[in-house]
Amino acid sequence: MSEKQYTYAVARIRAKELSLLNDAFLEQLIAAKSVSEDMALLSEKGWKGRENADKQDPLDLLSYEEEKTYDTVLSMVDDPHAFDVFLLKKDFHNLKAAVKETYAGKAFADIYVEGGTIEPEQIKEAAKSGDFSTLPDSMKEAGKKALDTLLHYHDGQLCDIIIDRACLDEIKKASDKNKNDLIKRYGELTVALADIKTAVRGAKARKDIAFFKEALAECDTLDVTRLGEAASLGTDDIYDYLENTKYKDAVEALRKSFFAFEKWCNDALMDSIRPEKAHPFTIGPLAAYILARESEISSVRMILTGKENDLPDQMIRERISRTYV
Amino acid sequence: MSMGTVWALLGAALSALLAGAGSAIGVGKAGQAAAGVVTEDPSLFSKVLILQLLPGTQGIYGLLIAFITLTNIGIMGGSADMSLHKGLLYFAACLPMAVVGLISAICQANAAVSAIGLVAKKPDQFGKAMIFPAMVETYAILALLVSILSIFGVSALA
Repeated sequence: MSEKQYTYAVARIRAKELSLLNDAFLEQLIAAKSVSEDMALLSEKGWKGRENADKQDPLDLLSYEEEKTYDTVLSMVDDPHAFDVFLLKKDFHNLKAAVKETYAGKAFADIYVEGGTIEPEQIKEAAKSGDFSTLPDSMKEAGKKALDTLLHYHDGQLCDIIIDRACLDEIKKASDKNKNDLIKRYGELTVALADIKTAVRGAKARKDIAFFKEALAECDTLDVTRLGEAASLGTDDIYDYLENTKYKDAVEALRKSFFAFEKWCNDALMDSIRPEKAHPFTIGPLAAYILARESEISSVRMILTGKENDLPDQMIRERISRTYV
Repeated sequence: MSMGTVWALLGAALSALLAGAGSAIGVGKAGQAAAGVVTEDPSLFSKVLILQLLPGTQGIYGLLIAFITLTNIGIMGGSADMSLHKGLLYFAACLPMAVVGLISAICQANAAVSAIGLVAKKPDQFGKAMIFPAMVETYAILALLVSILSIFGVSALA
């Protein structure tokens, strides 16, 4: 069956792409002297925040911009779940928070994130009662397993692995089911890059092969058995294995630093969505716009956090990924 | 009325029908894209309107061929009788405009939608953006010429 056409929505997104932040503007933000100067620059660019807010809080501004993106794009499509695959990370993050909060037996402030496909309160209630049946299948199983593991072994890392793995499996499953190439590519890239990150971190912590079998999610562009074997031997073996995959360019960044690799991952995602600039009919450009906005919001967050903590400009610059425009 | 006239009339009808349908689809599709751009930037209305109208010409060409055919076969006045052989020739003469009209209008609409996207991002590139869909027009004009020459050629036959 052919893909549905989104002629009106794509044309509207093309006009909206003009307001995306470009590299020059991000450089201006980095060069600004303070967070308030950055906020003023962002305001000039249309990032004005909520109407009823008395004083602009940078974090609230960023979450408002994220909400606005989804509201705008979802208003142009008839399926409210069209981009759920991008929100799964938030749901599983909240599941992780809820499980840990239940284990600790006390509430922590600001650990839940808004904007997922499921209300954080629902996930919190499920974990608190130990009854995950109100959640989708993948979250139900992962939540129960993670909570049981945490209560039994008191191992927070094991709990993280269970939930992260379930999240990656769900992203892969949801993206494979989608008809759009960009969403398929997003799922594959997200899982593969997360596997590489886990493999490198695990290798540095000298984890054994059983750990990697549990933590690495299946994907099409990596042989996770070989990656796990390589990771159990050390980082150099991971790099040797990656040299023969489509992620060979990541090796140089990995050798440099983990921040350089994080930047490489974001750049790879932006490169993978760039072909959508030439598609006038499919849902791809809408998905690309969401990912581009998420990337720029994350860059702005990094700049504002860097400014607040007096990080040198060069250090901030090294962590900022390429923009979509 | 003879079978020849029926075939000739069918050719004229197809010419108006297919080329008109192609244009309707094309203008509609380009219109959706134009509306998307104007939602965000109303100042681009005149530029995107011109691009939206480009796939509309095939419908006019189809109408022209239908009109010339109807005039030549006598449906609009005079004797409408003709041989089956001549009727089939009129039918064949109308086909280029009918088929190419339909296909080129849809293809031109696809190019127009892309051009509208280009204008949305770079309004100053309107001139270049218009050339891409306009190139498709060439083939609609070629089909129009072949159909016109064929109709006049057929009518000159005994």
